[in-house]
This record gives sequence, C-alpha cells and structure tokens, in this order.
Amino acid sequence: MQLEKKPCLTGVGLTKTFGMGRTKTVAVDHVDFTFYEGEIVSIVGESGSGKTTLAKLLLGLINETEGSVEFLGKKRDISSGKKKQEYWKSIQAIFQDPFSSYNIFNKIDAVLLDCIHMRGGKNLPQAKKVELMIEACKFVNLKFEELTNKYPFELSGGQMQRLMIARIFLLKPKILIADEPTSMIDACSRATILDYLIQLRNEIGMTLIFITHDIGLAYYVSDTVYIMERGKIVERGSADDVILRPRAAYTKRLISDVPKIYEEWDLSTV
Amino acid sequence: MNNTLRQIFRSGKFVTGFAIFVAILLGTLIYPLIITDAPLTIIGQGTFFPPGIYVSVYDSLGSTRYTLDLGEANFNRIASRLSEEDRIAIKEWLVAAGIPEADIDTADTQKLLTQWEENFDAKKSIPGMTNAKRNYYVRLDKSIDGLLSAEGAILAQANAETGALEQTGTVEQSDFVNVQQVANVRFLPLGTDNFGRDMLTELVAATRVSLIIGFVAGIIATLIGLTLGLLAGYIGGPVDDGIMFITNLFTVIPSFVLLILISFSIGQEQRGAFTVAVVIGFTSWVWTARAVRAQVISLRNRDHVNLSKLSGHSTVHIILTDILPYIASYVVMALILQISSGILAEAGLSILGLGPKTTDVPTLGLMMNWARIYQADIQGRWWAYLPVLVTIAMVTFSMNLMNTGLDQVFNPALRD
Ligand SMILES: Nc1ncnc2c1ncn2[C@@H]1O[C@H](COP(=O)(O)OP(=O)(O)OP(=O)(O)O)[C@@H](O)[C@H]1O
Ligand SMILES: [Mg+2]
Repeated sequence: MQLEKKPCLTGVGLTKTFGMGRTKTVAVDHVDFTFYEGEIVSIVGESGSGKTTLAKLLLGLINETEGSVEFLGKKRDISSGKKKQEYWKSIQAIFQDPFSSYNIFNKIDAVLLDCIHMRGGKNLPQAKKVELMIEACKFVNLKFEELTNKYPFELSGGQMQRLMIARIFLLKPKILIADEPTSMIDACSRATILDYLIQLRNEIGMTLIFITHDIGLAYYVSDTVYIMERGKIVERGSADDVILRPRAAYTKRLISDVPKIYEEWDLSTV
Repeated sequence: MNNTLRQIFRSGKFVTGFAIFVAILLGTLIYPLIITDAPLTIIGQGTFFPPGIYVSVYDSLGSTRYTLDLGEANFNRIASRLSEEDRIAIKEWLVAAGIPEADIDTADTQKLLTQWEENFDAKKSIPGMTNAKRNYYVRLDKSIDGLLSAEGAILAQANAETGALEQTGTVEQSDFVNVQQVANVRFLPLGTDNFGRDMLTELVAATRVSLIIGFVAGIIATLIGLTLGLLAGYIGGPVDDGIMFITNLFTVIPSFVLLILISFSIGQEQRGAFTVAVVIGFTSWVWTARAVRAQVISLRNRDHVNLSKLSGHSTVHIILTDILPYIASYVVMALILQISSGILAEAGLSILGLGPKTTDVPTLGLMMNWARIYQADIQGRWWAYLPVLVTIAMVTFSMNLMNTGLDQVFNPALRD
C-alpha cells in the first residue's frame, strides 16, 4: 500500500436499474466508493448481487441510472464515442466467461493487433508488431507461433483467459477490472491465471479491481475489500479488517461458508 | 466457415432444394441459347393450341413420299376421325334400335362400326325421333362410308388463265412422309397460349423475369430491413423509437394492400418489371427489420461486443464485424424467404391485373393472369396454367426447402 493515496475511481450514489414496473430490478443501489491508484480492490458478493453490473458501470459500457463516477479526481466524461475510446485506453477488463468474450470470426492475431493499434502502434513495422505479440504471449506462457492463424475458440478456457491477460499486457491500462476471471476455469488453471494477473499488476503498477464471489480468494489477493449484497455495499475496509473482524451479518455468513478461511490460504485448493 | 458449408451441403433438405433451384435456373439460362425466338412472338393464329408436334401440311405434300402398308393404318385413321359426339350418337341410335346397352362400347371403334354396319337402316323408324335427327343419321352414315373408302385425295391447282382446277397429283392413303424431311416442323411441348404464343418459350422467359423480380425485391427488402434492424437494435434510444415507429406503421397496413395501392397509383404504363420489383422490395422489408432488430438486441450486450468496444473499435466497425457475422446466416435465410415471397407477390399482383405492363416481358404472374382472363381453366386448356403453377410452386418450394435445411444447420435444436 502506498503512503499517499491518490483516488483513481470514485463512485457517488451510483445506481443502475433494469426494466420498469413489475420487472424492475435495482442491480446496483446507490453505492459510494473510492478506489485508489495502485491498490488491489476486491468486490465480493453472491451471484446476482450486481458485481458485473457495477463493473460495466465503471467501464462505461452501460449508463448509470443515477449518480456519477469520478475518474482521476474529475467527473468522468464519456459522452461521445471519441471520449469513450480515450477512456478505454486507461481502463480495461477481463470478463467472467472467456468462451463468450471473443468474436468467433476473428483470429487471435487480430485480437492482439487491436491492442497494439490502440496503443498507437498502427504504423509500426510488421516485424515489430509480431515481436510485441510474441512477448505478450510469452508473458502468459503461450506460444505465439502456435496461436497465429488460429481462432480463440480453438483454445481451452484457461488459455483464453491467459490470452486476455496478454491483451492487458499489451494495453498497459491504469485500471484493470477482472470480473471473476477464474470462475469458469478448472481448478488447476486458476492459480496460474491469478499468478499472471498479480504479476502483471506488479509489473505495470495498475490498479486492479478484482471481482469474485469467493471471499477467501479476495482475502488472498487484495488490499481492500468491498462486500456487495443485492446491489448495496454492506461492508468495506482493509482485507484484514473485513475478513478477520467482520461486522455485517452478510459478511459473516459469506465467511462461514468458507470453513478454511482462518487457515493460511492454500493455493492448491483455489 | 468451411465446416459450416460442408454441413449445409450434407443437409438433405438443403441439397434437394438447391438441386431443384439450380435445375430451374440452368433451364432458364440454357433454353434461350437453343430456342432463340423472342418469347412474346405470336406464332399461332388462334388460341390455346394443344401441346404436340406441328407438321406443315403444305411442306409434307412436297416432301418425298413413301408407301407404307400398315395393317392398322386404316383403323387408326377412322378411329381418330370419328369424333366423340359421333360415337355417342351412334350408341344412342343402336340403343334405340334395340341393341342391349351393355353390348355397346364407344371406345372400341372396330366393334362399334361393325354393329353400325349391321344394324343401321335409314328407313327404320324409331319412335320419338325428329326429322332433323333422322337426316343427321343419314349424313353420319355417309361420312362413315367415306371414312371406310380406300381412295386417295386429289391435289388440284387453279389454272392461271382459265381458273379451272387442274389435277396435279393424288395422295394415297398409304402415302407417308418422313417428319425429318418435312421443311417445317415445330414442336410445341406446351402448346400455345391465348395469343398463340409458344407456351414453353414464354414460360422459360417468364420464369427468368420472375426470378429477377424476386431477387431484386428480396435484395431491396433485405437491405432496407437489415440496415434499419441493425441501427434500431444496436443504437437503440431515439433511433430505435423512430425506426420502430415507421416499422409499426408498415405493419399496421398489410404490405400486400400497400403494394396494391402503390402499383395502382403508378399506372399500367409506368409499371415495368423492374418498377414492380422495386415496389415489392420497398413494401416487404418490415419483418426482416423486426427480426434483425430482435437478434441484434440480444447480441449487443454480449461480452465479445463489449470487448470490441474496449479494443477501441468504432460503432460502424462493431456493427460490421461483431454483429453482422453473427446474424449473417439468419440474414441469408431471410433473403431466401424474401425472394420467394417476392415471386409470389408479383404473381398475386399480376393476377389482380396490377403486375408489370404486358407488352415487355412475360412473368409467371402475367401468364396466370392471361390464362385466367381467357378462361383456360374453364375450357380445360390445362397447358396454359398448370405448367405455370407448377413452376411457381417448384421455385418457392425449392427456396423454402433450402431455408429449412439452413435452419436445421444453424439451429441444431431443429435437427431431426
Ligand atoms: N441487461 C440486464 N437486463 C436486466 N436485468 C439485468 C441485466 N443485467 C443484470 N441484470 C440483473 O441485475 C442483477 C445483478 O446482475 P449481475 O450480473 O450484476 O450479478 P453478478 O453479481 O455479476 O452475478 P454473478 O456472480 O452470477 O455474475 C441480477 O438480478 C440480474 O438479473
Ligand atoms: Mg457477474
């Protein structure tokens, strides 16, 4: 943790409702928060508690119903397509389901090339681009030579998520929102993916917003923990405070669901 | 992609539909290369000549004659000349003369004539028979005698000076000509229509024009529907509201009614085949737009679209690469349906007399319209409408079959 904390993402009364009338759901309900530069924040909640919706609000992929988001201390302005593209140079995401994250008609090369182009590398010589892509793949222990001209759906779920991390490696954003990046992955690949994620975060010093339903995992990776229950943030604080000395009933329940939480977190069971 | 194609061509329904469609298409392309007549030339003076081979009588007189002694020739000749009415009249007389009805078979020429020869007596009075009827039977008897005579026909020519007929030759009953050697023979597989035009040539041209109308209408409808559906579905908000407002307007007024009104107001002279196709296209895009919109709405919040946004792609780029490919199979199916319904719409319009103007090109609908106006159905001239109906049915059937086949490939839940 840093001594002097600079806020990078702040939410003020952020709310998102879907539908209207009888089908109205308040997915995110007046949440306030401040994420600081360089920290690892976990957002923990059950299925349906609004984590993904909050992530999409932060990314600007959906519009808030109420409230606002501040980015680097100023009110976020993503009112036009150009401004959004600019915003997305600073904030990126890894989605929950790797199998639906890729356009099945695009080859892997295109996915990585897009990232290079987004970083202003459009006019780089082809050899340089390939070099960058090889480096990115190497970072997550993938072989670019084996991936080139293949489609993402030809990879395993774990490989797809690693490719996502390679993408982030190329993009080097200020903030990364990882929305349950390991929930669809088999247990063995999980640990490696988390490792790459933390390693990447340490390397480029980005803020990592880690979304999970697994409070143990949150404790293992994060500095700060937010607990979400049905769209509301019910508890927040340092990982130690929230998990070792929980106050909200909901947090206690989440913790009691994970019996091993007081033991040293054991990666082999992740 | 290759895999999908392979699957498509493994689908029995698609392959059957495709084969029928390609056969029809090839037919319309190859036939005009062989028979180069303009499809609307009138060749027959008179209406509805039945299908068959037409041999020039004049030319056959001039052709080399061969004498063939065929046992059944005489019988065939009489059988073909004795009309159905005469046969019934003969039967009536024989029954009245006391021959049991069960013994008489109007289809058996030989037996019928023998019975006639044996029993007919002009003087025999049959109760209740009018004088006129009696005279008719006398005439019938004479003409049957004529039929049975073995004499040839005399050919005569008028003398240029005196005007008197001079015999130039005879045609014996056993004279034959070889059809190959007759200078003018015309095969009319489907006879002629009400104007005396070769039905088959006309039908082939009509099929081609109708297919073009279907394609033009289908492509216009699909392009409009696709564009509006993509915009409404992807952009949403006021754009969606605006587009859906127009779409709903078009939904409330049935497109065929709209089609009739527009066609009517354009007027007969302005209505070329192309105009009609365009009008059909502009009135039938509605359901494509609705269907595409629904598909796009379910796609626009998918993660791959979000990832594409995060990769800095513009809206146009996203629509073209992240939405369009996912609905492409669907759009192809919609296009096929639009083409076949375009063909049907043209037929419907033409039957109402609102189709393309009749002087340019034939269409399947126009041919149906002509057959209807000239009462081909009532007169039993099946060749004037049945082949047209079958063609319309085969074209739309083949396209719907292809569509079902595609549907089964793209929606595995429908596979059987
Ligand atoms: N596009 C949408 N339209 C309508 N309702 C939605 C939409 N997206 C989410 N919701 C609703 O919002 C609520 C929160 O959903 P969200 O996906 O944010 O949950 P989550 O915490 O990410 O759950 P999970 O752990 O299963 O991913 C749910 O009740 C969901 O039904
Ligand atoms: Mg989620």
